[in-house]
Amino acid sequence: MADIDIAEEIPLPAQQRPPVVTSGVIGWLRANLFNSVFNTILTILAVYLLVMTVPPLIRWAFIDAVWDAPNGQACRGEGACWAFIGEKWRFIFFGRFPYDAQWRPLFVVVIIIGLVLASCDRRLWGRRLMLLWPAGLVVVGILMSGGVFGLRYVPSEYWSGLPLTLILAVVGMLFAFPFAILLALGRRSNLPAVRVVSVAYIELVRGVPLITVLFMASVMLPLFLPEGVTIDKLLRAQVAFILFAAAYLAEVVRGGLQAIPKGQIEAADALGLGYWRRTRLIVLPQALAMVIPPLVNNFIGAFKNTSLVLIIGLFDLLNTANTALTDSNWQGFASETYVFVAAIYFCFCFFMSRYSQRLERTLNRGHRR
Amino acid sequence: MSNAAEAMPVQAPAPSIIEMQAVHKWYGEFHVLKDINLVVGRGEKVVVCGPSGSGKSTMIRCINRLEEHQQGRIIVAGIELTSDLKNIEAIRREVGMVFQQFNLFPHLTVLENLTLAPIWVRKMPKKDAEETARYYLERVKIPEQADKYPGQLSGGQQQRVAIARSLCMKPEIMLFDEPTSALDPEMIKEVLDVMVELAQEGMTMVCVTHEMGFARTVADMMVFMDRGEIVERAPPQDFFANPKSERTRLFLSQILAH
Amino acid sequence: MAVQTVATPSRPAPWRDPKIRAIAVQVVFVAVLAAFVAFLVHNTIVNLRRQNIATGFGFLDREAAFGIGESLIPYSPADTYARAFLVGLVNTLYVSALGIVLATLLGTVMGLARLSSNWLVAKLAAIYVETFRNIPLALQLLFWWALLRGSAPPPREAWELLPGVFISNRGITFPVPFAETAYFWMAIAFAAGLVITFAVRRWAKRRQERTGQQFPTGWAGLGLALGLPAIVFLGYGLPLRLDVPALRGFNFAGGTAMSPEFGALLIGLVVYTGTFIAEIVRAGILAVSWGQSEAAMALGLRPGQRMRLVVLPQALRVIIPPMTSEYLSLTKNSSLAVIIGYPDLVSIANTTLNQTGQAVEGIAMIMAVYLAISLLISLFMNLYNRAVALVER
Repeated sequence: MADIDIAEEIPLPAQQRPPVVTSGVIGWLRANLFNSVFNTILTILAVYLLVMTVPPLIRWAFIDAVWDAPNGQACRGEGACWAFIGEKWRFIFFGRFPYDAQWRPLFVVVIIIGLVLASCDRRLWGRRLMLLWPAGLVVVGILMSGGVFGLRYVPSEYWSGLPLTLILAVVGMLFAFPFAILLALGRRSNLPAVRVVSVAYIELVRGVPLITVLFMASVMLPLFLPEGVTIDKLLRAQVAFILFAAAYLAEVVRGGLQAIPKGQIEAADALGLGYWRRTRLIVLPQALAMVIPPLVNNFIGAFKNTSLVLIIGLFDLLNTANTALTDSNWQGFASETYVFVAAIYFCFCFFMSRYSQRLERTLNRGHRR
Repeated sequence: MSNAAEAMPVQAPAPSIIEMQAVHKWYGEFHVLKDINLVVGRGEKVVVCGPSGSGKSTMIRCINRLEEHQQGRIIVAGIELTSDLKNIEAIRREVGMVFQQFNLFPHLTVLENLTLAPIWVRKMPKKDAEETARYYLERVKIPEQADKYPGQLSGGQQQRVAIARSLCMKPEIMLFDEPTSALDPEMIKEVLDVMVELAQEGMTMVCVTHEMGFARTVADMMVFMDRGEIVERAPPQDFFANPKSERTRLFLSQILAH
Repeated sequence: MAVQTVATPSRPAPWRDPKIRAIAVQVVFVAVLAAFVAFLVHNTIVNLRRQNIATGFGFLDREAAFGIGESLIPYSPADTYARAFLVGLVNTLYVSALGIVLATLLGTVMGLARLSSNWLVAKLAAIYVETFRNIPLALQLLFWWALLRGSAPPPREAWELLPGVFISNRGITFPVPFAETAYFWMAIAFAAGLVITFAVRRWAKRRQERTGQQFPTGWAGLGLALGLPAIVFLGYGLPLRLDVPALRGFNFAGGTAMSPEFGALLIGLVVYTGTFIAEIVRAGILAVSWGQSEAAMALGLRPGQRMRLVVLPQALRVIIPPMTSEYLSLTKNSSLAVIIGYPDLVSIANTTLNQTGQAVEGIAMIMAVYLAISLLISLFMNLYNRAVALVER
């Protein structure tokens, strides 16, 4: 009936706690580490592995490590020789750039990292950012090469270390991007000649290792140029990176283009927009927004790929580290150096990949129904 | 808590085929099933309803061990449900389940979907399995789709295939977890028709559903769950006409608004 | 009703006709491209002539005059450049094939580990993947090379890891068995085991269709493949004579050695590519919705059957395409061997290039080889995709 008959209502059982065996720390241990015979064995093996490797590692890296030493002899011991890093870090970071002018590559690193971070924040996307990039790059160019504003001229042979790595990666991706868009559009074009050329380029470049493209640029570009025209080593490597990255980026962009529903194109046509207007205003913005996570992954790959220039004699971060090892006063500290440089690369790449994962999650949220 | 009201069958009281006694379940600290007591007799049709998050799906999934209960006893077809794999497998052979998302195997044809379990679990020869499969496809009225793939069928057809797939194992109990919630309206009827036919042939059924019309036609007992506990149970005529609890009344007013 | 004649639309002016425009655009495009290429080719020829560099592939028949550190086929500096290339190609294929097998094993194990319900194992696998994925391969190769070469002592003070296995700066030296006739027959027995397994499989399948009875084909196959060679081994009286490396003078004699270069390349490639394969395997298994497993469970299928009949077939469809991509990646990455001095194709081509000055031909040859491998792998993948595509509306 209408009135609530409380006596009839089944009383709520008192809020019970779950049994101890299935909750709290013990519950977590049981559920996650020991929930079956097989898992128990695995846990024991994993703990054994950790016990065998972690304490010796900590001992090598911290406890027995030498933090201060005048030369290689004094630094030899059971542990790591971090004094070597203390001695060589400026060389590893900035390479052969003139010692007293190294504030310039430092600024370059800060500017580039700043630009990249700014581009990560979606709220800052807009016309201002589009102008900030070329401005930033011009400043980077001036700072690195000098020759104006009272700055000493430094030829590109002396650009080395972390600034070189960043410049190769960032400039490579920036210039490869428009080229990639053209290639992707070309691959989907209705004109057979354009399509064949685009496909041929993409498949050719994707089918060969980056080293061969670097060799090709390093050795063959001078041959391609008319008599008297020279091209410096850095520019050759940069061109190689741009050509290489463009092919991979083109496939990523093509993925985005393929995902655009046909209705978008039909609506654009119905409105009377031509091919180029439709592409520029409707298709590309949507396609590019869709493929931002794979684009970031590509950038991480490009960043790692810069380490290959050591083969053609450019002094990126990896090569400066390698060169630091050839000092006769400090012999045999390869592990320390490689760990140090690995940590630098790891920081950059790990945070970029975390960012890409976060992006993917936020963007997918928009697509979920 | 003493046993809840048993169903009011036409014949003499049927032996119970599902018994849940003081069942509790926690997800971490969250108490999702609170003191569930339920007895389902052979041939009885139970419809479970309630707001989302009330634990109704969790409860029926405990019956075939798709979810694990921490306290209490569950006895299905005379077998007690414990962590003993033998018991679990025996119970799963006798309990069929139809899911909201159909869960047909997309890489197998309809016929292969139906014959997979009979061949590999009941160890039937292929011919017999196919014969059974075609029989049940006929029963759900889509015999011509036998060699198609699930991706080629409509939602309603897929769900009917899912029902036929469970029936091929000749289970004693059929569990339905919101079988029509993912279907477009025009396809709900074809699935409900199959379920009504199944009910009329005497299958023991426990259905979680929002389809109250179906419940009125088929159910022997309505169970209302809210926040992890069974609030009310009654035969449909009493349940709809005279809900005893305020929470039941609130729920019914929301769901029967149209 | 008046009969209306529909006027045929008049042909637009040539410069508005889309068909003609399309052709015109393409002609211009091809013309510009051709002109550009011609310009480059012309410059190249002029520059080559100026530097007195020969053209053409005649150099392949000339004597190479450089040694190659390690090779699977016999080679001496008196052989031709063509033979040197062959050595490089074989080395590349060898390290790639071995790398692919080991990386697949490591990656699959790590990918499954990441999905494990054991928190510790899952976290350790995640650490492995994140660490080695975010460090450039070149750096990893240098690291392993330094470890195997620099940190290892000279042969006189080599570490004996296991009896007969020595680690020194000449590489890892380990014992190999001397060839015996028994081994030949064991190989035959193994092949026979495989053939018999296939026959057993067919018989078991037919029997299951007829009577429903199941037969443990997997275990039977394993037993045959391992058991038959074991029987031959026993029959010959357990012949096993190991050529154990022993220190003689300054180096080891006997046994066989894996050079630090090869070791570093292999370990680096396997560890690096393993991370990507782990992610692919993980994504593939996650791609199969949990509802599939639940439906299989509800039908009474056992965990092994669930994996084999429901989850794996669907997971493999998602796993194999990117996996073949990674195999191609590994093969291309083996070209980094030039950094640590392992004589692969690129490394040898580079030496040839430097000696003959014929950069264009050398690079063209390398690219041709890698392109051929690429295309083969792409072809295989397209065929596989078409064969297993899920049929949909």
